[in-house]
Amino acid sequence: MSESPRPVTIDQPVTITVNGSEVTAQKGELLIDACERAGTYIPRFCYHSRMSPVGMCRMCLVEVDTGRGPALQPSCMLECGDGMSVDTESAKVRKAQDGVLEFLLINHPLDCPVCDKGGECPLQDTTVAYGPGESRWVEEKRHYEKPIAISATVQLDRERCILCDRCTRFADEVAGDPLIHFMHRGSNTQVNTFPGEPFSSYFSGNTVQICPVGALTATPYRFKARPWDLEHAESTCTTCSVGCRVSIDTSRDEVLRYNGVDSDPVNWGWLCDKGRFGFEAIKHEERLVAPLVRSGDSLVAARWNDALDAAVAGLRSVPASSIAVLGGARLTNEAAYAWAKLAKGVLGTDNTDCQLGDGLPADAVLGLPVATIDDVCRPGGTVIYLGPDPKEALPVLFIRLRHAIVNDGVKVVELTPQSTSLTPLAAASLTYRPGEAGVLAEAIAAAHGAGAAGVDAAGVDAAGVDAGRIAAASDLLAQASGPITVVIGRPSVAESASTVVDAIGAIVRRFPDATFLPALRRGNVIGALNAGLAPGVLPGRVRRADAAEWFGAAWPRVPEVDGEDAAGILRAAAEGRIDTLVLLGADPLGDFPDASLAEQAFIGARRVVAIDLFLTESARRATVVLPATGFAETDGTTTNIEGRVTQVVRRVTPPGTARSDWQLAVDLADRLGADLGFESLADIQAEMDELSAVHAGLTVAAAASDLDGVVLPLVSATVADPAEADATGSDSASASDSPAAEATAADATVADEPASDADPETAADVDDGLIPAPAPLAFVAPAPTTVPALDAYAARLVVGSTLYDAGTMVRHARSSAGLGPAASIRLHPLDHSQLGLGTSGRVRVINGARSTVLTAVADGSVARGTAVMIGGLEGGDDSALIDVTAAVTDVRLEVVS
Amino acid sequence: MSRFNEANEAIAHEIIARYPRPKSATIPLCHLAQEQDGYLAEDAMAHIAELVGITSAEVMGTATFYEMFKLAPVGRYVINICTNISCQLVGGEELLEHAESTLGITSGSTTADGLFTIEDVECVAACTEAPACQVNYRYQHRVTPEAFDTLIADLRAGRRPEIPDHGTLGATRQHISEDRVANITPPEQQVEPAWYAARNATGGESA
Repeated sequence: MSESPRPVTIDQPVTITVNGSEVTAQKGELLIDACERAGTYIPRFCYHSRMSPVGMCRMCLVEVDTGRGPALQPSCMLECGDGMSVDTESAKVRKAQDGVLEFLLINHPLDCPVCDKGGECPLQDTTVAYGPGESRWVEEKRHYEKPIAISATVQLDRERCILCDRCTRFADEVAGDPLIHFMHRGSNTQVNTFPGEPFSSYFSGNTVQICPVGALTATPYRFKARPWDLEHAESTCTTCSVGCRVSIDTSRDEVLRYNGVDSDPVNWGWLCDKGRFGFEAIKHEERLVAPLVRSGDSLVAARWNDALDAAVAGLRSVPASSIAVLGGARLTNEAAYAWAKLAKGVLGTDNTDCQLGDGLPADAVLGLPVATIDDVCRPGGTVIYLGPDPKEALPVLFIRLRHAIVNDGVKVVELTPQSTSLTPLAAASLTYRPGEAGVLAEAIAAAHGAGAAGVDAAGVDAAGVDAGRIAAASDLLAQASGPITVVIGRPSVAESASTVVDAIGAIVRRFPDATFLPALRRGNVIGALNAGLAPGVLPGRVRRADAAEWFGAAWPRVPEVDGEDAAGILRAAAEGRIDTLVLLGADPLGDFPDASLAEQAFIGARRVVAIDLFLTESARRATVVLPATGFAETDGTTTNIEGRVTQVVRRVTPPGTARSDWQLAVDLADRLGADLGFESLADIQAEMDELSAVHAGLTVAAAASDLDGVVLPLVSATVADPAEADATGSDSASASDSPAAEATAADATVADEPASDADPETAADVDDGLIPAPAPLAFVAPAPTTVPALDAYAARLVVGSTLYDAGTMVRHARSSAGLGPAASIRLHPLDHSQLGLGTSGRVRVINGARSTVLTAVADGSVARGTAVMIGGLEGGDDSALIDVTAAVTDVRLEVVS
Repeated sequence: MSRFNEANEAIAHEIIARYPRPKSATIPLCHLAQEQDGYLAEDAMAHIAELVGITSAEVMGTATFYEMFKLAPVGRYVINICTNISCQLVGGEELLEHAESTLGITSGSTTADGLFTIEDVECVAACTEAPACQVNYRYQHRVTPEAFDTLIADLRAGRRPEIPDHGTLGATRQHISEDRVANITPPEQQVEPAWYAARNATGGESA
C-alpha cells in the first residue's frame, strides 16, 4: 500500500519522545502519523490517513506514557500532546502485536498461494514482520461462500476479511454510498450488501485498493498476475480531466490494473471506477492497428505511406479556411501543441476546436483567474457551483468537494437546472429554468446590492427561482470568508454555452476577486486549450490577434482570421465550405450534441481524416483513418482542470503500427513540405517552454517531476473591464447597474497588477528586444444571450451527463460497458400525469423537425416545465433533439400509443 | 412480507418526528415492522431506509446486530427459556427439554402450525423467579413443566390476551404526550427537554 501520512503543517508544535528520540509533531496530529513521519512505522490495518480513525484492528497498539505511567494505547486514536513518550518496540508492545495478529489469523484462511493479494498483502507482510510465527489455533476456521460478487467489478471473500472497517468506512465517509455494511454480530460479523442492492458505487474499486487483505478483489485483475511480476509506473489518468495520479501496473507488455496514487493536491489516492477499469480498453481487439483508406464504400488497410499521402492530399493546395481540425482533448500537451503548430502554423487555419459543443469558450476557460482544487476545497470557503453533476462528470472532484463540504465546512451554492449529487450537500441549491443561469446569477448579484433591504429590492422571482431563496444565496455569498471560488462548466448541453458565460459574467462583476475552476470533462481539454487548439487563440493563453506577430516570427505562418468553433466548423462543413475535416480523436457523429448538424457536416465535407484509437461512428465515414497510440502507450504530459501539468508515461507497445499523435503531426507536416522542427518530445517541450508564456519553463519541469506536477501560472489574472467589453462592440445592457459599476472600479485595479509584475519569462523575452510578448488573454463578458420564453405546452430540456455513457472508451472497457442507466426522459410527476400516460409510458419527444421516442418517467426531483435526459446513452438520442444554434431546447411530448 | 401498510406508515412518520435526526428512528421502525409482519422483512428494511434517509444496507447492518429482530418468520409466540445458572439449578434445562418434547421441535425452530418458536436463552434477569421463560418477551415466572403445559394450552386457546403476537415489544406504539416529547430541535440548538424544564421550573423531583 502506498499510503503515507497526510502532509501536515506544524503551527502548534509539541515535542513527543518516540523510542527515546525527541520528535516535533503538530498538536492534535495522530500519534501513528507523527511516528511514521519521524521514521518509526507502526503496523496497522484499519487506519488509513484519508479516513477517520476507528481503532478497530488494535494492530497499532504502542506503549504511551503521558505522565501517568506507560500503558498500551492504539496510536491511531491518540492525538499528540506535549511531553508524550512513546515506545513502539517494548516487550509489552511486541506481545500485544503477537496477540493481535494471532487473533486476526484465527479465522483468516492461509490460502496466500492462491490469493491475489499474496505478495503485496499488509496482513502477510505484517505477520512476517511482527507476528508470533505460529498459531495455537487448532479448531476449524470460519467458512463462507467464496467469493461473492458485491458489485459488477468487486468480489468479496468474507473468509479473508479481518473486519478492519476500511471498505465500509470508505463507502460511507468518502464515497457517500454506504451500500456495504457490517452485518450480524460477534464472530459472525461480516461485510455485506443488502440483498438485491449491489455495491454499485462509482468508487467501488477503491475498496479493493485499500483492503489490507485479499478479501476484496477486482474482477478485471483476479488471477491475472502475481504482484512480484508487476512493474509499476506512475502516470496520470486521462479518463476525465481531474488528473488523478495512478500507478500503471504492467506485466509482459500488458496493462493489468491501475491503483490510485496519493497526490495531496488532487486525488488523495482515490480513483473512480471508470478510470480504474478503463485500462481494459487499451488492449481491446477492436483497436485500430493499421491505417485505413477509403476505397469505394469500404475502408481498406493501407501502408502508412499511402495513408499519409491520402491524408495530405486534402490538405495541400486548399484555402486555409477550408481546413478544420476537431478534437485534441485526448492528446498529450505535446501532441496538442504539435497539432496546433501544424494546423495554425503550417496549414494556417484557425478552425480548430478541442471541445465538441459540450465545453465553454476558450475565453472563459483561459481568461479567468484559475482556482485549484485545493482552493475550491479550502476549509471554511464558499463555492459557487455551476457545472455538470460532478459525480457523473468528474468523480474524484466530487469526492474532494464532498469531503470539503462534510468535513471542512465548505459552503456550496449550486446553480443548476436539475438536481445533482451535490444538491443534498449544498448549502443552497437553486434550480433555475434551463437556459437562465445568467438571469439567476444576475439576480443573486442584484440581491446583494440592496443590502439589508435585499429581499424587498430583489423581491422578484428570477429564472424560476423563488426570490427568498435568491436573497438567501446572495447573503450566503456575501458572508463568505475569503474569496469566492467558482466551478464552471456545462450543467446541460441542451442550453447553449453562452447562457453559462452570461452567468460567469454576472459572477465576475459581483465578485471581482473570485477564482474559477473549469469543470470540463474531456481528458486533456485544458492542455489542448493552453496549446491553442481552439478558435481565436494561440498557445499560451493568448488571443490569435495579439500573438500573431510573436508566433509569426517562430512559425511558418499564423492564421489571418479567427476561426470557427466546433459548431461553426460543422456548419461550415454542412454548407460545403470545408474541404478537409481532421478528427483528432473526435467523433462528432457519436459525440456532438446536435446529431443532425454533425450528419450534414459529414455529407458536406469533402474529405475526413480521422485519427483515433477505435473505428468510431465518424471514423467509419472517413476518407482516411490513421491509428494513434493511446493512454499508457505514449509519453508526455497532461494538464488537469486546475492547469496542473503532470507526466503520462508509456508502459506498453501500441497495437499494430499505431503512431503517437505528435508523430503524426510531424509526418503530415513533412509531406506538406514543412518542418515542425520536432524530432522528440523534448523538442516540443522546449519550444512550448520558449514560445508559450503559460508554459514558460514548466513543461520540462513537469516532465521531470514525480508526483504532483506543476501548476501552470496564471499569466492572465486580468478580469475584463465591462467598459472595454462595450468598446468591442457588444451592448451589454446589464453592465450598467450598480454592482457592475463597483466591479468596474475593482477590475481596473485587478487588471493593472499582472501587467506590472509580468511573468519573469515573458519579461525576459521583452528584454530580448525583438517582439514584445503577447498580452495574456482576458475574459470579456459578451452581450447576454436572449432566452425565449417557454410556452405553456412545451417542456424545456436538460441533458446532463453520466459516468458510464456509451462513449468509445466505456464501450470498450468490459467492466464499465453496460453499467450505464437506461435511457429515459424524466418529468415532474404532475407534468407526467398530465400526459395521461398509459402503462407503456412511451412518448414522442419533438423539437421542430427533430424527434425521438423515449420512456417517460415521473421524478419528483425534476422541476415543473422541465424534462431531463442523460446524454450519450445507448438509445438516448438526446443529440437528435438538440439544435446547437438555439439558446435552449424546448420539446413537446406526445404519448405514443 | 412487505413494506409498511398505510396505518403503520403513519405511525412511522409519527415516530420519526420524535427525533432530531430521522436516522435515529431506525430501530423503533424495525420494531414496528416486526410487529406488522411478525419478522423484519427485506422489503420492510428497504422501506425503513427510504423513510429515514439511509441505505438498506445500513438498516440491515443495524438490525442484524440484534437477536430480537427476526430476519425470518417466527411463530406467533416466541418462547425464550432461560438455561443460565439460576434457572438451571432449579430446572431450566428440564423445562427446555420438556418444551422441546411437548412441542416436537428443537430450540431455534418453529412448530409446523406456525404457533410456537422455542429459543434457549441466557439470563433474562429473573433469577428470583427461576425457572423463568418469556413469551414474546412477557415474563412467565416459576414455570414448572405443568405450568408450561397450561401456558401452551392457554396460548392455543387464546386465553392470554395480554401477550401480543410475534415477539412484539409494544413500546414503539406508546403514545407520548406533548410535555414528554424531547425537543426535536437539532442537538446544536438544543435547550433542555420540555419535561426537564417543567420539572426544574417547579423546583422539585416530584415530576
